Amino acid sequence: MAEFIMPSLGADMTAGILAKWRVAVGDTVSHGDIIAEVETDKGLIEVEVFESGVVERLLVEEGEKVPVGTVLAEIGAESAAAAESPRKADASHRPRGALAPSPAHRAGSTGPAAAPGSIISAGSSDVDLDGPLASPAVRRRAHELDVPLEGVQGSGEHGRITLDDVQGVAQGGAAPAPSSDRIRISPYARRIATERGVDVSQIRGTGPGGAIQANDVLSARVPEPRKSMPAAERMQRAIAAAMTRANDEIPHYYVEHSIDMGRALAWLRETNASLSVSQRLVSGVLVLRAVAHALRKHKKLNATWQGGEAVPSAGIHVGLAVSLRGGGLVAPALRNTDEGSLSDLMARMTDLVARSRAGVLRSSELTSSTITLTSLGERGVESVTPIIFPPQVAIVGCGATLERPWVVEGQVVPRPIMRVTLGADHRVSSGHQGARFLSTLDRLLQDPEKL
Amino acid sequence: MTSDEIRSTLLTCLTDVAPDLADEEIEDDADLRDELDLDSMDILRWVQGIHKALRVEIPEEDYGKIASLNDAIAYVAARI
Repeated sequence: MAEFIMPSLGADMTAGILAKWRVAVGDTVSHGDIIAEVETDKGLIEVEVFESGVVERLLVEEGEKVPVGTVLAEIGAESAAAAESPRKADASHRPRGALAPSPAHRAGSTGPAAAPGSIISAGSSDVDLDGPLASPAVRRRAHELDVPLEGVQGSGEHGRITLDDVQGVAQGGAAPAPSSDRIRISPYARRIATERGVDVSQIRGTGPGGAIQANDVLSARVPEPRKSMPAAERMQRAIAAAMTRANDEIPHYYVEHSIDMGRALAWLRETNASLSVSQRLVSGVLVLRAVAHALRKHKKLNATWQGGEAVPSAGIHVGLAVSLRGGGLVAPALRNTDEGSLSDLMARMTDLVARSRAGVLRSSELTSSTITLTSLGERGVESVTPIIFPPQVAIVGCGATLERPWVVEGQVVPRPIMRVTLGADHRVSSGHQGARFLSTLDRLLQDPEKL
Repeated sequence: MTSDEIRSTLLTCLTDVAPDLADEEIEDDADLRDELDLDSMDILRWVQGIHKALRVEIPEEDYGKIASLNDAIAYVAARI
């Protein structure tokens, strides 16, 4: 048995909405299959599973927002599924997104960042036996309607409270539970809770008989504002939080290098002139490929920081920083950026940029970057001093390619010069190593036909 | 093909590249890069869309001649 959990799709993500299940209980899944869609501030992300087996239980309903690390589904071995009992076979007819019998089975905390659609071994489960059985969506609705969940009789499986149950109580159509089960709270504490948007059903009272007092409410976590904040602003805040952490935790160093792009651009013009419109290349793909090839020689920069040490990455997966027109930024990975033809890389880059802006990315693309490349050159910026995106240990920033006076063989001539900056983690590499990386990058861009 | 028909086709190609622009009032003289925030990848995809829709091929050295929607309409009209 393995667990399919809400993945962390970047250092700036703490929770996601399970937008859609693409499988039902009983379906057979294979490594790499997309089995769910998760809505994040980065858009709708297709989440892959990284283990083969049979979907035994779907634990989160479509539309629920759950923290990173929450168990979304359980995947059983295929052989076990073949021998499953008739009762389990019945479960396979449960509609998509329906909850499995044992519900409150959640990680319940953000925990360590998880791999995309991670399967983690099923060990001790964090079953929450406290409080009524209800999904986050139901709890949210109950809070909105000021319906104490303790006073609702659940009509779902195993007494689970449904949205209809909550709605019924709110409309006076269902009998509340005995008064002994109701939340004991002072009028003043309830007023503060309402003002602060705190769900009193989640508070354990410290007053007489467990009654909730004002201090209990004041010390409770205030839910994050959601619907009122535009998506772009939410994303910007999440990015800011991640970058603040990166600045606090990573000892950055920076080295800068000016690269003469004359040969690369001349080769690009000549090549594009012979290609059909659909096959044309942009200069960005040359830089992208050159970064990937340079990393083959400078492996220390192609790693992630995990558990207090740098872990070298097996593949070179350059994350491409893509600005979103409405605001915000994503940096999905172009896997194995150093492999395949340049035209293939161009096609993949075009597709990735288009899907980034359409808000349709895959979880593996948001979590597998081993370094990030960002460019603001097209907006005239001369150089970029980027912040490393954890858990990566390096980032490359490109400025504009500008005609500058340049000395070539003793003569001052105009040359198209691009300033490239490497930001790297001093725990993993030194400025000297960073400088050598940029030197290699420069050399590679002088031989564009080899990229 | 009339100028209005060309404009409509170019706009369709443009909103394929940048769907969010469909909700905006695009001024025909607006600079596509500076005012509409298109980058070189967007421009290439737009040129590819125009080629597919109208069979007009725009070489790289002519990108400067399609800096705005008006420019592009004139460019395409002369070659269609």
